[in-house]
Amino acid sequence: MFGTLSFRGGLRLPLHKDLTANLKIETLPHPPRVIIHLAQHAGTPANPLVKHGDRVRIGQVIAEPTGAVSLPVHASVSGTIISVGPFPHPSGDHMTAVEIENDGSEEKAEMLPLDKPWKEAALGEIVQKISAAGIAGMGGCGFPAHAKLSPPSNKPIDTLIVNGVECEPYLTADHRLLIEKTEEILTGSLIIRKVLGAKTTFLAVDAGNLQAIARILELLDGPKFKDISLAKLKTKYPQGGEKQLIYALNKKQVPSGGLPMDIGCVVHNVATVFAVHEAVCVGIPLYQRVVTANGPALRSPKNIMVPIGTPARFVLRHCGIDMGNVKKVVIGGPMTGLAQSEPDVPVMKTTAGILAFGRLDEAADIRAGYGHACIGCGKCVKSCPMRLVPSFLAKYVNRNRIEEAREWGVLDCIECGACAYICPSKINLVHFMKLGKYWAARQQKQGHFQV
Amino acid sequence: MTDAITEPPASLLHLSISPHIRHPGTVPAIMLSVIIALVPAFIGSIFFFGVRSCILTCASVAAAVATEWSITALLRKPATVNDYSAIVTGMLLAFNVPPGLPVWMAMLGSVFAIGVVKLAFGGLGNNFINPALAGRAFLMVSYPAAMTRWSAPLSGTLSGFSRAVEGVTTATPLACFKAAAASGNLHSLDFQDALPRLFWGNTGGCIGETSAALLILGACFLWYKRIIGFIIPSLFVGTVFFFFWMSNGTGNFFSIRALSVPLYQILSGGLMLGALFMATDMATSPITPWGKVIFAAGCGILTVIIRKFGGYPEGVCYAILLMNCVVPLLDRYTRPKRFGEVKISE
Repeated sequence: MFGTLSFRGGLRLPLHKDLTANLKIETLPHPPRVIIHLAQHAGTPANPLVKHGDRVRIGQVIAEPTGAVSLPVHASVSGTIISVGPFPHPSGDHMTAVEIENDGSEEKAEMLPLDKPWKEAALGEIVQKISAAGIAGMGGCGFPAHAKLSPPSNKPIDTLIVNGVECEPYLTADHRLLIEKTEEILTGSLIIRKVLGAKTTFLAVDAGNLQAIARILELLDGPKFKDISLAKLKTKYPQGGEKQLIYALNKKQVPSGGLPMDIGCVVHNVATVFAVHEAVCVGIPLYQRVVTANGPALRSPKNIMVPIGTPARFVLRHCGIDMGNVKKVVIGGPMTGLAQSEPDVPVMKTTAGILAFGRLDEAADIRAGYGHACIGCGKCVKSCPMRLVPSFLAKYVNRNRIEEAREWGVLDCIECGACAYICPSKINLVHFMKLGKYWAARQQKQGHFQV
Repeated sequence: MTDAITEPPASLLHLSISPHIRHPGTVPAIMLSVIIALVPAFIGSIFFFGVRSCILTCASVAAAVATEWSITALLRKPATVNDYSAIVTGMLLAFNVPPGLPVWMAMLGSVFAIGVVKLAFGGLGNNFINPALAGRAFLMVSYPAAMTRWSAPLSGTLSGFSRAVEGVTTATPLACFKAAAASGNLHSLDFQDALPRLFWGNTGGCIGETSAALLILGACFLWYKRIIGFIIPSLFVGTVFFFFWMSNGTGNFFSIRALSVPLYQILSGGLMLGALFMATDMATSPITPWGKVIFAAGCGILTVIIRKFGGYPEGVCYAILLMNCVVPLLDRYTRPKRFGEVKISE
C-alpha cells in the first residue's frame, strides 16, 4: 500500500462534492427524444447506418466506425429515427447526429457478452468486443479505448493505471461508480490488464474518498483481485490528469509530445473500465453513462445513469431547475468543461457532468474590463502542473509571438485551468493557451514557423 | 419533438472559457494585504519619530493617489486608484525618506513615482522598476542635503553615535559604521548596545526602515497570506550577512564580535524594508524560481559592494533598482524545465 502520492504544482480547490457524494446513482426516466452524435470520440466520426423513419431498438448499432481510430454508435432508446443532420455539439459546433423519438417501449436489441469467460478468451476477441461496444475514453478525452489496448510491439506496457481520481469540483460520477460498482470495476481492470499484459495494476483513488477506499480494500483482500493495488492520491487539482497521475505513481514523466505508452503506462478512467466490464461480461454496449448534474442552480443535484444523447436540459429539469434563472450551463467539470449556448446539447460518451450556475458570480465570470494587467505575482507558475510560465505564454500569444510561445512550452499545456483559477488579475489564461496551440498547429501545418 | 424541449431558453446563456470557478483573491486584496503589513512599521515610526512621520506618510499617499487618479482621468483611461497600489507606493516612498524631509518634497517624490515610473510605462504591472524606490532615488539626486539630514529618534540616539547638531540630527547607524570602518577601528562601535536598538528600531534613519522587528512582523502576515515568498528576502539578507561575516575584520568567524558585524549590517539601513517589501514587489521581480535566486543574490552582492566600497553608506535602494532592470533578462534565461522535458528512453 502507499501513502498519499502527488505531483509538484497544482491547487487545492473547494470541492463542492458533498451535495452529491452520498447520493446513489439513479436511473433517468427515458427522455422523449435523444440526439446521438456521430462524433462521440476522438478520431473520425462514425458513418450513419440509419435513415429517417427507421425503427431502432436499444443497443442497436446506428453508425459504423470509419477507420482505425473510430467507433460505432448505438441507439440509447427504442423508437423511430426522426432525422440525421446537424445538431449542436458540446464543442460549440453543429455536427451530424441521429435524432431518435422515443416510443417508450424500451425494446432492447439482442446484446450478448463474450461467448466464453473472459479469462479463456483470446486477446483479439476481447479487443474486438470492446471496440464493437463503442467504448471511448470516458474521462473526457474520448480516445477509442481499443486503440489504447493494442500498443505497438516496440512499446511494451508494464503499468496499467485505473483512474478513479476525480479531481474536478462538483463531479461525483466516478466516485459513485467506485462505491457502487466496485467489483465490476476491479473485474474490468483485470480484463484490461490481461489484454495489455501489464505487470503492475493500480487503482488510483483520491485519499479523501474514504468510502470508496474502504469498499475497495474489502474486495482486494480476497484472492480474486490480488493483482491490483490500491493507490491513494493527495486531494489536489489536477491529480486526475493523466500525466500528473503517472508521475505521482511511478515518478516517470510522459515526454513532451509523447504518450503514456512511451514510458510503458496506460491510463483508463474508471467509467471506461466499468463500460469494458459491461461490454465483455454482460454484453451491454456503451449507450448510457453516469453523469453528475450539479451546480448552485439545481434544487436537487443528482448522480444519474443517462442514455447517451439525452438533451442536457432534460437532465437538468429532472434535477429541479428553473431555466429562467440559469445563466450558464457547463458540460464537464467547472475547471475544464465547456460553457454551452444551447441547453439542448446532448450528453456524450465523454460527459461526466452537467453543471448549471444561476448567477454569474457563482461562476465568477469576468466581465470585460474587470480584470487587471498581470502584476507578475507568479501564482500561475506555482500552480502549473506542467511547470510552465502561463503569464509569459499569455503575453507571447497575445502579441502573436507564437515561436516564443512554442519555445516556452505552449504545446505542453494540458488546459487544466489551474493558472486562470488562481490568477488575481483574472486573466483568461486558458484562452491564450488554446489560441496559442491553435496558431502553432496552423503554422506547423503550413510548414513555416515565422509570424 | 415535444414542446417541453423545444421551448426557447428564457434568458441567453453566458459563454466563457474555462475555468468556470475562480479563486476569490484579487489584485486590490493583495495590495490591501501589503498595506496592512506596513501598518506595524508605520505605527512604530510614529512612536520613534513623532507625528511628523504620520504627516509625511499621509501626504505622500495623498499625492500618489491624486496623481494616479488625475492622470487616468485626464487620459480617459479606466480609473485604477481602486486597486490600492498607489497607496502602497505612497507608503513605501514615505518609509524611504528621513523624518525631517519637507512635506512637499515627499509629495513631489510620489508624483514622480506614480506619474513617471508607474503610469508612463503602462501602470500597475508594467513598470519595470519599483516606483517607490525610483521616487527615492529621484529625491536623492534632486535634494541630497534634505535627504540625508537625519532626525534622532525621540527617545534618544544610539549611544556612541555623535550628534551632528545637538538634539536635532543624528548620524545613521550605517554612517557610523562606515566612519568606524574608515578609521580602521570597527570595534569602537558598541555592538551590545546597538544591536537591540537596531532590531527594535530605536535609531536614526528613514521613517519606516528602522525597526527590523516590526517589518518582519508585517512580512510574516504576507508570508501567511502567501503574497511574498521566502526566496528573495532570505537570500537577499543572507547574501549581505554572508559577505560581511566573511570580511568581519576580527580574524575569526565564530566570536560574538565576528557575528556582530554582519548582524549590525542586516539590521541597519533599508535592508529589511528593501528585502521584505521592495525586492519582493511582484511586478519588478522575476517570476521564475531561478530568476528569483539570481535576483536576490544580485541585490545582496550589489548592496555589499555599495556599502563596503561605495562613497555612500546605504546601498539597498540602488541595488534593487539595478537588479530590477535585469529582471526581464533573468526571466528569459531561467525558463523552468517543463514537465516532460525528458529524453524518451528506449
